[in-house]
Amino acid sequence: MRKPEQELAEIKSMMERSTRFLSLSGLAGILAGVYALLAAGLAYFWIYYPGAPFGDQITGIKEQTLNKLVIMALLVLCLAVGTAWFLSRRKSEQKAQQFWTPAGRRFVLALFIPVVAGAAFCLALTVQGQFALVAPATLIFYGLGLLNASHFTMSDIRYLGFGQLIPGLFAAFFPHYGLLLWAFGFGFLHIIYGTLMYLKYDR
Amino acid sequence: MYDKAFENIIRLRIMSVLMVNERYDFNSFKTLLGVTDGNLASHLRHLENAAYIFIEKSFAGRKPQTNYAATEAGKIAFRSHLGYLEKLVKENKL
Repeated sequence: MRKPEQELAEIKSMMERSTRFLSLSGLAGILAGVYALLAAGLAYFWIYYPGAPFGDQITGIKEQTLNKLVIMALLVLCLAVGTAWFLSRRKSEQKAQQFWTPAGRRFVLALFIPVVAGAAFCLALTVQGQFALVAPATLIFYGLGLLNASHFTMSDIRYLGFGQLIPGLFAAFFPHYGLLLWAFGFGFLHIIYGTLMYLKYDR
Repeated sequence: MYDKAFENIIRLRIMSVLMVNERYDFNSFKTLLGVTDGNLASHLRHLENAAYIFIEKSFAGRKPQTNYAATEAGKIAFRSHLGYLEKLVKENKL
């Protein structure tokens, strides 16, 4: 017979591994943050340059600038998701774990239902001409998605969720600071979170 | 009490997974546990014969999928096994 401590640890580890998606890469978080900061920098040049990176210019964006912003946002989203997919896959291979588990499917669904709904909502905001509310809406829906998904991966991710949700709500009341808060949430916090996760789980 | 059905580590792992997942499919078990088809099937059959788990056959698109789930009796047996282990740990610490 095995030692009871060992046996309990075995049970706990199996329960964890079978219900949570543990292959999520920290490095992917860092890179997503870097993409977001670059995108926020470009958006600053298109909207505010050479002024300060906040103010009401965001409420009256020209159609040409708007098109550029939408295309860039979609590119950044695809790049971030693609990077996360690729690096998480590599991490699961390195750790000899199955990548596409039932837990992984639940994680992706939990995250992307709010995110896809948020993307559709942002499209509606754009059609209605409410440009200033797009940045807060992306933060809020992404934050809710992360909180939802935190049940199916490392639970630390819920701090990142609150980190997006709170600046998002703040930005909804103060839309002139939307771009700065967006850069803080999607850029800075992703880099911090990714670094912490990398140090804690990936090495 | 100590349950002989869980003496084997693979069966203990299978049951742990089924305690927290409503159902779990054969291929996911295989990769999660890193065992061969034959080995896994024999342990699953053992648990099935003890009436601790049951099989659900379904289709995922066109592919047949074999899912497994814990029975009430299986859950009760696992909890009592868990309780026994925890009691042992506690007694060892005294």
